[in-house]
Amino acid sequence: MSTLTLPHLDVLEAESAHILREVAAEFERPVLLFSGGKDSVLMLHLAGKAFLPGRVPFPVLHVDTGHNFPEVLEFRDRAVSAYDVRLIVASVQESIDAGRVRERADGTRNPLQTVTLLDAINEHRFDAVLGGGRRDEEKARAKERVFSLRDDFGQWDPRRQRPELWSLYNGRHRPGEHVRVFPLSNWTEIDVWEYLDRERIDLPEIYFAHRRRVFHRDGMWLAESPHITPRDGEVVTERTVRYRTVGDMSCTGAVESTATTFEEVVAEIAASTLTERGATRADDRLSEAAMEDRKREGYF
Amino acid sequence: MKLPTAARLLRLATAGSVDDGKSSLVGRLLHDSRALLADQLAAVEKASRARGLTDRLDLSLFTDGLRAEREQGITIDVAYRYFATAERTFVLADTPGHVQYTRNTVTGMSTAQAAVILVDIRNGVVEQTRRHATVAALLGVPHIVLAVNKMDLVDFDEVVFKQVAADFTAYAGRLGVPDITAIPLSARHGDNVVDASARTPWYHGPTLLAHLEQLPVGRDPGTEALRYPVQYVVQAPGEGRSARWHTGQLASGVVRAGDAVIVLPAGHRTEVAAVEHLGRPVDAAFAPMSIAVLLADDIDVARGDLIVAAAAEQPTVTRQLDATVAWLADRPARAGDRVLVKHNTRTVRARLAEVRHRLAIDSLAHVPTDVLRLNDIGAVTLRLAGDVVTDPYADHRLTGSFLVIDEHDGTTLAAGLVGDPLAAQMERCRPA
Repeated sequence: MSTLTLPHLDVLEAESAHILREVAAEFERPVLLFSGGKDSVLMLHLAGKAFLPGRVPFPVLHVDTGHNFPEVLEFRDRAVSAYDVRLIVASVQESIDAGRVRERADGTRNPLQTVTLLDAINEHRFDAVLGGGRRDEEKARAKERVFSLRDDFGQWDPRRQRPELWSLYNGRHRPGEHVRVFPLSNWTEIDVWEYLDRERIDLPEIYFAHRRRVFHRDGMWLAESPHITPRDGEVVTERTVRYRTVGDMSCTGAVESTATTFEEVVAEIAASTLTERGATRADDRLSEAAMEDRKREGYF
Repeated sequence: MKLPTAARLLRLATAGSVDDGKSSLVGRLLHDSRALLADQLAAVEKASRARGLTDRLDLSLFTDGLRAEREQGITIDVAYRYFATAERTFVLADTPGHVQYTRNTVTGMSTAQAAVILVDIRNGVVEQTRRHATVAALLGVPHIVLAVNKMDLVDFDEVVFKQVAADFTAYAGRLGVPDITAIPLSARHGDNVVDASARTPWYHGPTLLAHLEQLPVGRDPGTEALRYPVQYVVQAPGEGRSARWHTGQLASGVVRAGDAVIVLPAGHRTEVAAVEHLGRPVDAAFAPMSIAVLLADDIDVARGDLIVAAAAEQPTVTRQLDATVAWLADRPARAGDRVLVKHNTRTVRARLAEVRHRLAIDSLAHVPTDVLRLNDIGAVTLRLAGDVVTDPYADHRLTGSFLVIDEHDGTTLAAGLVGDPLAAQMERCRPA
């Protein structure tokens, strides 16, 4: 018999399925974070496969900033019904109305999500929160474990992380603590796209090139929307763009692109000279340690 | 030559002492293999200028991800990096070198197929180097590369390089490491990292990257004994009690529909009725696939059980673990301690019955002791409240490994390896 070898994408898939099943087996109240972004779409797809021929044994949670791309909200509802999972929506607007957080001067709501997320974790007593973060995204994420313990306040302490050995994940936690779990830790952006293509997985249309009214700010194309207004000198024009990440409409930028298929997107990323976060996320540009600071406070 | 697909993925760990230039080496590897993108480079340029460097980039700034690391100029935690060349995809566990962070080296080496250990040519092989080599050998990493760095500071002297390489090969050879390669390089200037150096005309070996691209790391599950830990049981909707699918990730070997199997520790014999690979029915599945298995008989099978082939060599069902542990916590290990043991998908209560000895890194001697402290490697006996099904770590990395966990706060106290893998490897590699 010839040597049995498992292709690279199948090795990643097998590892993620293992992690998702560990969570289902070891925790009482897990939840899967779902934003409609490609990484959370991939994670939900992998969960769907990992528990076949049964159903995904946990609900999904959408932390809704109120600044959504309408296409993404529609997509979310389609996906939830296709995978037959229960959707819980935690609303940033409600957190603002309840006085839990205050709107920022710059209008972006991405950093505000942390309070809404932590409130939802407390309210539903979630003990494991599955996130689509990847280690290749950002240098603070590169240092995070697959099973990442959070204290009573949802905080990440990078100096007190548990060593993570072999494929043995330690999910023990005390009451009040919870564990963030990242089944896609070892996937790169290209891996995600190649796998989505291979599996013919549906994505929100905004990931592919389309015409949109945009204006230029901080080197990014921001969409004209009720949530953000162009400043003096910022001119709105219609361009052919696509998104590399999906977040709050007020801080997620588009890139100019003509890629309308998976193959064209993969080719474009391979040739890109910028990281996906560097290219399109204003929230990561606040400082050298922007992601680390948000993570410490309990961000995704 | 194109490698088979699975061998395209190489899991790699790097280790070095403080100031050996490990962050620079990793930065150089990423930079010269074009894995760093423009915005990451711009950030490194900005930070380099802020530190008063005007003539070159400080590539170590790319890998130091946390604020405290940049402020103190040290690396605190294991970081994972991803890069790809035409030949291979690399997952690199970058582990810090401080003595107090040896636990990170253990973490990085536990999944590695190859280890790159750095030395500063001016210091040669030091205690930390021997410690890193010992940890790599203990955890069963088959390929070790000694990256002899800062060659520019000794004018690329062949004699000095050969001495350091010989010192290291002698030590790692004693450990029974099957493959040891030394490469002279300068991470700061890029010599022999990705591009061959004109300043080492006496060196005819590959560059570091070329060497890593060629390492043979494929495994053949077809020759391995079946080890299938049951992870989670799912019930197909709308079907009766009999349709219980046992999901898990194959630790080793191949499973086929129709195979005669034994479910351990209970010892029930049955047959595999059907196998699915993440929803797709298949005739056979092999490690490391994640699958679901339907058994022919309605027997009680649960998470924590191990399914093995009836015909193959059998693992051990036991309530006592004689094991080697790398102690990873501030709290020391003493006889009488109550702990949890997580082995595969099974967690059981345990008592540390005996601490037998500590391994002296330099001499590899067994030093009698009744306590193990942070970063000690030693031999212990654990008595368990329930059965576990194990293999010696030297034979099976996954069924031979376990975690020791603090039952009160959940801290991971130790990495456990069944048996004495170092002695087994030294024995195996001893010339007849």
